[in-house]
Amino acid sequence: MKYTVQIVGVGGQGVLLASMVLGNAAMNIGYKVAMSEVHGMAQRGGSVLSTLRFGDDVISPLEAAGSADLIMGFEPAETCRNLPLANRDSVILMNLDPVLPSMVAAGFEEYPDIEDLKKAVSDVNPNLFVIDATKIAIEAGKAVAANAVMIGAVAAIKGFPIPKDKLLEALIEQVPEKFRDLNVKAFEMGYNSL
Amino acid sequence: MPNLLAEGGRQLLLGNEAISRGLIEAGAGFASTYPGTPSSEVGNILEKISGEAGLYFEFSTNEKVAMEVSAAAASSGVRSFVFMKHVGLNVAADPMMTLAYAGVKGGMLIMSADDPSCHSSQNEQDNRYYSTLALIPMVEPSTPQEAKDMVKVAYEISEKLELPVLFRTTTRVNHARGVVEFGSKAVPKIKGHFDKDVSRFVNIPAYAKNNRTRLLDLNAKAQQLSEESPLNFIEGSGDVGIITSGVSYTYVREFISDASILKLGFTNPLPEKKIADFIKGKKFVIVAEELEPFLEDQVFRICAQNNLSVPVYGKRSGHLPRAWEYSPDTLKGIRELVKVTDFTQPLPAVTVKLPSRPPTLCAGCPHRGMFAAAKKAAGNSDVIYCSDIGCYTLGVQPPFQAADFIICMGGGAGAAGGFAQSTEQTAIAFMGDSTFFHAGIPPIINALFNNHKEVIVVLDNRTTAMTGHQPNPGTGRDFGGITTEPIDILSLVKGVGVKFAKEVDPYDVKAATQVMKEAIAFDGLAVVISKCPCPLELKKQKQLVIRECTVDQDKCTKCYNCVRSIACPALIKKDGIITMDPTQCIGCGMCANVCPVDAIEVRK
Repeated sequence: MKYTVQIVGVGGQGVLLASMVLGNAAMNIGYKVAMSEVHGMAQRGGSVLSTLRFGDDVISPLEAAGSADLIMGFEPAETCRNLPLANRDSVILMNLDPVLPSMVAAGFEEYPDIEDLKKAVSDVNPNLFVIDATKIAIEAGKAVAANAVMIGAVAAIKGFPIPKDKLLEALIEQVPEKFRDLNVKAFEMGYNSL
Repeated sequence: MPNLLAEGGRQLLLGNEAISRGLIEAGAGFASTYPGTPSSEVGNILEKISGEAGLYFEFSTNEKVAMEVSAAAASSGVRSFVFMKHVGLNVAADPMMTLAYAGVKGGMLIMSADDPSCHSSQNEQDNRYYSTLALIPMVEPSTPQEAKDMVKVAYEISEKLELPVLFRTTTRVNHARGVVEFGSKAVPKIKGHFDKDVSRFVNIPAYAKNNRTRLLDLNAKAQQLSEESPLNFIEGSGDVGIITSGVSYTYVREFISDASILKLGFTNPLPEKKIADFIKGKKFVIVAEELEPFLEDQVFRICAQNNLSVPVYGKRSGHLPRAWEYSPDTLKGIRELVKVTDFTQPLPAVTVKLPSRPPTLCAGCPHRGMFAAAKKAAGNSDVIYCSDIGCYTLGVQPPFQAADFIICMGGGAGAAGGFAQSTEQTAIAFMGDSTFFHAGIPPIINALFNNHKEVIVVLDNRTTAMTGHQPNPGTGRDFGGITTEPIDILSLVKGVGVKFAKEVDPYDVKAATQVMKEAIAFDGLAVVISKCPCPLELKKQKQLVIRECTVDQDKCTKCYNCVRSIACPALIKKDGIITMDPTQCIGCGMCANVCPVDAIEVRK
């Protein structure tokens, strides 16, 4: 068994934390894990991509284009930008809450209609799951818990190789004690939303 | 955060965390660096744990000094570790070249973190050539586990030969993450004794000449170590051979199924006999390595010297690229030669037009105010903006477009002097506070000495921001039990005799613009210091006081001066109306400062 998750989003959204949670959960159940992260310059509000691979015999920290089993999209435009990492059978989880790029905010560029982005994915892939992760996180208590919502949603995806309790356990390990309840609540809400 | 001081067990570690753990297990007693991606996390980790781990660590003022302090420690018998990004080794190359002649007593590793694909760099130079240029041994790990384990092995090689060892990594090793099994910790030796030996440590011509032959003899010995090293090993069998190293090995290993692999971890000097024996009887050989044909060209030579007429495929044959980092997809180039995994057909790129999302200066970043001030002051005059290495590199983007020439650390101020002399254009250079101490002082002195009429703007945000907020001489240090005072940039600049030297608050864009006007008009070198702490750093220190800006729609005349000059990500222009994103705004007030009708209010 080999499984690849491509986690995409914008610097500051918690992509790295999510990849740590999934990676640790995979390690804890005995899988080999190989990951690759983007650090440095790109984190300043730029697109970020984190590759997570786990299974019986993985060593490469990168995956070929088209070979992702799951795209965990923290932001709709970034999910669409990275669609060539996936194939027809991949599962695509897309948070519908946009983060406006600076050039859009300043009025120099347009952000596409969310419905168009949904359609762009569902036209070529039948396994799209959409989620209002940021809104759900605010409902759970704080927008920063959106990554916990996303991880909860991943736990609900049929066929995802890491069981829900192991994901939750790894999440609790990774977040500061004082935000534990918030994250558990957000995780459960994400799980139930799918 | 992983616990790098744990007694044992296994953890999911970033390559740079694994390397830091390797230092603990190897008993390194001294470490120094100038921060640079993809090596930076090692410094941030050592800043936190060096005290408890009992080793000495410093952020040196630049890579050259980092090399020199670590060289001295190793020459005194203390295991030292100096680390930097690939271009940093250019700065440190001068001491390294002669250090190889002198050699060391305690083990010394020089980590060069290369950046194929220029993820966070100005070039993708292949620093493996430094090992052949300096005649020092080199090791190259492929995974985080190997990176940790190789630290110890490399120290043993270094001590056997009494030579520094180049520990060469790339972004996909430093920033890869994998499960790492911990070994036992060693007690670091932090104090040694320097035993004088002028024939080795004083390379005047008479001694240098002999040390050159001594170094060549040591390289012959190093080659023997490489032949016997378990870091170079063969996997699988068959009549097709692949020679590979670094992260490329992981792609070959996982996605090619019908070849025999010679995996090289000790890559200078190469195990020439092992390579020749491996090639003998093969139908053909492929060399898979990122960037330059470093291994490949040597394989050609080894074949020639051993009368082997086996075809060698790789970059020279056009099967594999020379530019940019490799990935599993790169292996498609050798599909006609070996069995490469059939990758699934990727989905096509979407046809919806997606907005660009380049890295950008943060909301409330003081650099925004200083760029706005410089541009306003310069007006329509013909200005060459010489920039430098740091967050302000991002000033290249609209609306600032305040970077016309960037080459290296400290390079902007140096070049500005050249432009001032060789053109009729106005030369304005930007550099950060850390860059000022790194390589920014000599060009200021040069401009004074040669009377270059240029403006140098020091963007002093009280931290080394881009690489993850390390302290620098301008902030003073406070870790590992050592506390030092900040060095004041204004006093230093005035001290060397700069006549026009002024500090400005970049959040007060209007006042900063006035000072920039005076600086441009000044007949001689003018230095303007834009002094304002990085909000991200303040946030980390829990010292950021957040205020809130709001737009009074009745007063707003829709001139858009705020978005055009500051372009803060917290300012949103939609359907012609300017609003503030409260989740991003820190209330710095730069936008309010440039608003001609006071339509933006800053609230406590």
